[in-house]
Amino acid sequence: MWRVQLGGGARRSESRSDFMLLTITSTHRPATELGYLLAKHPDKCQTFSLAYGEAHVFYPVVTEERCTAALLLDFDPVGLVRGRRWGQHSEGTLAHYVNDRPYTASSFLSVAIAQVFGSAMKGVSKARQALADTPLALDVCLSAVPARGGERLLRGLFEPLGYRVDVQRIVLDEAFPEWGEGNCFELRLRADVRLADLLTHLYVLIPVLDDQKHYWVGDDEVDKLLDKGAEWLSVHPMREQITLRYLRHRRGLFRDALRRLMAGDDPVSEEREAEKEQEEEALERPMSLNDQRLGAVLAVLRDAGATRVLDLGCGEGKLVRVLLKEQSIAKVVGVDVSMGSLERARERLKLDRMPEIRRNKVELFQGSLTYRDNRFSDCDAACAIEVIEHIDASRLGAFERVLFEFATPPTVILTTPNVEYNGRFQSLPAGRFRHRDHRFEWTRREFQTWCTRIAERHGYAVRFLPIGVEDAEVGAPTQMAVFQR
Amino acid sequence: MKIELPELSLVALIGTSGSGKSTFAKTHFKPTEVLSSDYCRGLVSDDENDQSATKDAFDVLHYIAAKRLAAGRLTVIDATNVQVEARKPIVKLAREHDVLPAAIVLNLPAELCQERNLDRADRQFGAHVVRQQSQQLRKALRSLKREGFRYIAVLNSPEEVAAATIVRKRLWNNKRHETGPFDIIGDVHGCFDETLALLSKLGYEVHDDEAAPMAKHPEGRRAFFVGDLVDRGPKSPAVLRLVMGMVREGAALCVPGNHDIKLKRKLDGRDVHLTHGLAETMEQLERESPDFVEEVKSFIDSLVSHYVLDHGKLVVAHAGMKESLHGRASARVRRFALYGETTGETDEYGLPIRYNWAVDYRGMARVVYGHTPVPCAEWLNKTICVDTGCVFGGALTALRYPENELVSVAAAKMYYPPVRPLEGAAAKAAERPYNDVLDIDDVLGKRIISTRIRGPITVREENAVAALEVMSRFAIDPRWLMYLPPTMSPSGTRKEGPTLEHPEESFHYFRANGVAKVVCQEKHMGSRAVAVVCRDEEVAVKRFGIPGQGIGTLYTRTGRPFFDDRSLESALLDRLRTALTNADFWERFKSDWFCLDAELMPWSAKAQALLKSQYAPVGAASRASMAAALSALQLAASRVGEVEGLVDRYAARRDCVEKYTDAYRRYCWPVSGIDDLKFAPFHLLASEGRVHADQDHVWHMKTLAELCDQGGRLLHKTAFRVVDLTSIESQAEATAWWEALTESGGEGMVVKPVEWLMRGKKGLVQPALKCRGKEYLRIIYGPEYTLEEHIVRLRGRSLGPKRSLALREFALGLEALQRFVEREPLYRVHECVFGVLALESEPVDPRL
Repeated sequence: MWRVQLGGGARRSESRSDFMLLTITSTHRPATELGYLLAKHPDKCQTFSLAYGEAHVFYPVVTEERCTAALLLDFDPVGLVRGRRWGQHSEGTLAHYVNDRPYTASSFLSVAIAQVFGSAMKGVSKARQALADTPLALDVCLSAVPARGGERLLRGLFEPLGYRVDVQRIVLDEAFPEWGEGNCFELRLRADVRLADLLTHLYVLIPVLDDQKHYWVGDDEVDKLLDKGAEWLSVHPMREQITLRYLRHRRGLFRDALRRLMAGDDPVSEEREAEKEQEEEALERPMSLNDQRLGAVLAVLRDAGATRVLDLGCGEGKLVRVLLKEQSIAKVVGVDVSMGSLERARERLKLDRMPEIRRNKVELFQGSLTYRDNRFSDCDAACAIEVIEHIDASRLGAFERVLFEFATPPTVILTTPNVEYNGRFQSLPAGRFRHRDHRFEWTRREFQTWCTRIAERHGYAVRFLPIGVEDAEVGAPTQMAVFQR
Repeated sequence: MKIELPELSLVALIGTSGSGKSTFAKTHFKPTEVLSSDYCRGLVSDDENDQSATKDAFDVLHYIAAKRLAAGRLTVIDATNVQVEARKPIVKLAREHDVLPAAIVLNLPAELCQERNLDRADRQFGAHVVRQQSQQLRKALRSLKREGFRYIAVLNSPEEVAAATIVRKRLWNNKRHETGPFDIIGDVHGCFDETLALLSKLGYEVHDDEAAPMAKHPEGRRAFFVGDLVDRGPKSPAVLRLVMGMVREGAALCVPGNHDIKLKRKLDGRDVHLTHGLAETMEQLERESPDFVEEVKSFIDSLVSHYVLDHGKLVVAHAGMKESLHGRASARVRRFALYGETTGETDEYGLPIRYNWAVDYRGMARVVYGHTPVPCAEWLNKTICVDTGCVFGGALTALRYPENELVSVAAAKMYYPPVRPLEGAAAKAAERPYNDVLDIDDVLGKRIISTRIRGPITVREENAVAALEVMSRFAIDPRWLMYLPPTMSPSGTRKEGPTLEHPEESFHYFRANGVAKVVCQEKHMGSRAVAVVCRDEEVAVKRFGIPGQGIGTLYTRTGRPFFDDRSLESALLDRLRTALTNADFWERFKSDWFCLDAELMPWSAKAQALLKSQYAPVGAASRASMAAALSALQLAASRVGEVEGLVDRYAARRDCVEKYTDAYRRYCWPVSGIDDLKFAPFHLLASEGRVHADQDHVWHMKTLAELCDQGGRLLHKTAFRVVDLTSIESQAEATAWWEALTESGGEGMVVKPVEWLMRGKKGLVQPALKCRGKEYLRIIYGPEYTLEEHIVRLRGRSLGPKRSLALREFALGLEALQRFVEREPLYRVHECVFGVLALESEPVDPRL
């Protein structure tokens, strides 16, 4: 029992959750009654066969004052992996095989609880129904729980349900203290709670801690989980986060391919990417900078009388959506290097449900800003909104040529953060960029020098506009250049 | 009657219904060459005689014809074609594809045709139909030439039809059988003295006499003039006399330039402005005899606008030629050859802006041309302009083919002031070198890349999509990226014992593939690193075209910068450079740059994130969980006795988990600066002009050891030994060596045939197999893989896909290096490197 292969998982993350040891301790006298509630005899060690391995139930401590039941999960990862074809869904990366999943708590625990303690979770006890209906002083220990949200997430999930939460972070490796602490915790929960409720809480919330997907349980399992938690979940302050964990999108073939390529490099998961975006958005949200940006772009495009617009680095299609509503624009071409972004753009724009006339206005395709591309030539305006800062400085020359020397649109709009303004963001640590993928952030002078040189070289006139409220000292949060020839 | 047809033409058969066109076509052409309107009617309507389907049928027919012509295939259109409306699209189609339209007319008596139709059940239409067609045909006979048909044959009786034979003629421009060697000389413009000087320099025996000049090469090399012999310069008649004589004697070939054509038009008495140096030529010709002038006229008239030579590997035209026009014949082709294409705009000197077709050129043939003076002849996408502006005071340049060497002589003086300053053009070109331009079409979609060692290799579309994202977002400047290392397969799987991999399996694989000697190299556990190191920044600019990015690069196996910290990278490169200098490699290899394949240690230097996010958490979580589980089990056991053997089992598991932690810890040590790094090179991949795959691995090890001796603390020698696979002792020694290595914590070893390229009974043999130690594999297969219940099943691993992948990536990697050292255009190198990256995204068991 070491690696566990999970059907859809594959997203490498620091937090993984598969359980290994769960102990439930009762101090409700006589504590030995716990055996009746769980319907497992305290003097036996019982083994249950699960789809992906075994579960053992035994009792380390059995006294009148204190009784501890242990559920030990024993997975069979090799069996899981065998007979599967590489590349389907998820088995892409090495990360998948050496992982802490078997040693930590995860969705497998849910399966085991449901199967091994099924009647207890339903609150049914043949021998002690009254006790089953009574809140008991219970003490639960999980030997290793991963939680990327850290202690806050653990507390946020369990405290509203009345648990006293003790969390002990597990050191990554005492031989390398400089690596710091991981996101794996020893978790202890204490409460006066019905055993059935306790088990249900674990059943629903442990997989929530897990960063992984749950194809292995099948899609209908989602409904089941939500059903189990129905009553208390509806009033749980984190209910959205809890349910969202189960509503992830399926991924296409290329994403698996991409994931394999990214293995061994910095962990980049979709969620992480989305997170980065959110960080930047959150930073800029109070001033609704994005709206102002899109508005300014639209104004310039109207002014230029553009009818065929190229959105380079369109991401999830925010600008595309705005431009689609604009009657004077006949064609909107969205380009992004990330097929994942394009797919999300298609979903968000609801392209497949769009009326054909409107649908024909949009074209989305994968392209790169450092490769010359004939498809860029047929437009009268090109926008690269908050894009250049994602290109390595050494590749900017290639970007310049692709756009200004080969595609040569009559109008080009570029926007990029004004780094001088960063100090005005309270929550942004000094010296940090607004987005972790930013390769640089420029001062107004740097941006203007760069743009002016391009304009000279390629026969464009350039003007600069601020986006967002201008600060007398540091300027506006975003800077925009409009090139015209 | 012998009918001559150009080998590449669009042939219209013309004749009434029943005239026997289909029979004729069947007799004289391949079935696939003939497109029949009847057949196409059948294709779209299931009825060959359904006249209502005619329009669709012709759409299909023209579509297929267009595809065939684009591919350069002779095509015959079998339809009545008696009406001018039917023939128009044929001529248009031929012109669009720059092929010659030809017509073969079966002009038979209407009665005969009608009679034949009566014999056919499916052609029961009235006699008036054939009569009407017959009238139209007679009209056609008079207008075919006017309509644009360049070859017309008319067969007037069944006898003539029966007797007709068809001869396919080589196009004038087709000299594929001529393989050279050639000395291709740029625009001469009357610079007679320089021409003779250049010819001498090229080894020609020169008869220096303006009245009867001649030059011949003793070894039969031929000069090849790219046109513009005349105008502007001092001695146009002498140049003409020389070139005409050489062509006549078979010592030279020549294509016409726009100036030559303009001269001929003037001599023909046409109204031509005496500009751009024509006045000088006319004045010089006044001193010549009328006979000579006549000779000049007929010489220029005889010139063919461009040639395709050497089995299609060489194309010569005055102003160059884009790929779609190679070997074609049309007015457009001729125009392109003489003038190139212009964008319709003019530059600041009032000169037309030329469409730079060479930037977009992706053909396999080398194209050599002149026309536009350049300060120095340089390759761009397999094309080269050899007009170095001799008459403007530049130089006269020749390209030696197939050697691809440039030979120049400087102009004695500036004979004519340039309209556009040459230097300015140079500055402009240097600023925006076109060789750097990568096009999305070079990488996207399904691609087939040809490699010299393993033939064509396919890259699937979805893999290219993934590679494009990674390449665009994370990879280093593609101009540095001349190589990506291939993946490596492990040795065969050991069938018993506590290990999965063992040297014996590697030895067995190679011996079974006919390899007698292998090299075993210590496998370092760090991160793969490829280093490109230049002698100085100037080399980076000149050879790689990369200014301001230091003297080289260090990148990972997926083409990313090895370090986020640029200063660490440059410190490391600087030390490598010093080592190369101290080991005298620059002089020894006559190279200003090197590409090294290496392992950079410690593992934790690059894999810090991975260790922190993956390996360490596994250890931490597993040790925590194991301890908790074991103590719970022990408590239970103390209460109820035996717990189904679980105590022992978990004790064994805890042992595994401890060993796992020990395994990864060995490859980690803290890095605070360059002094904590170790760089262990194992391939000296390439240097100027050479990919060192022709040297065996022992040479690489020894050569790199010399480098390491000069490398201070950074460079780390790799231990190795040569093993004779026909000797039991030799193998046993190597196995013992491997055991010692792995027992002391080493990752294991890599086993390679001594030679880089070995072919066995099934083609290319694996270039290397890794043989990893038992403890190391815990990092790969998980802490507890050694437990019997797991290892028995892990032995079922399949190596096939990994090995196929390794060979394909190996071939692409070497191909990339070869292309780089051969100075092929960037896109040709990049497609291979991109291919490796794309293949890396193929689904293969990542534990292998």
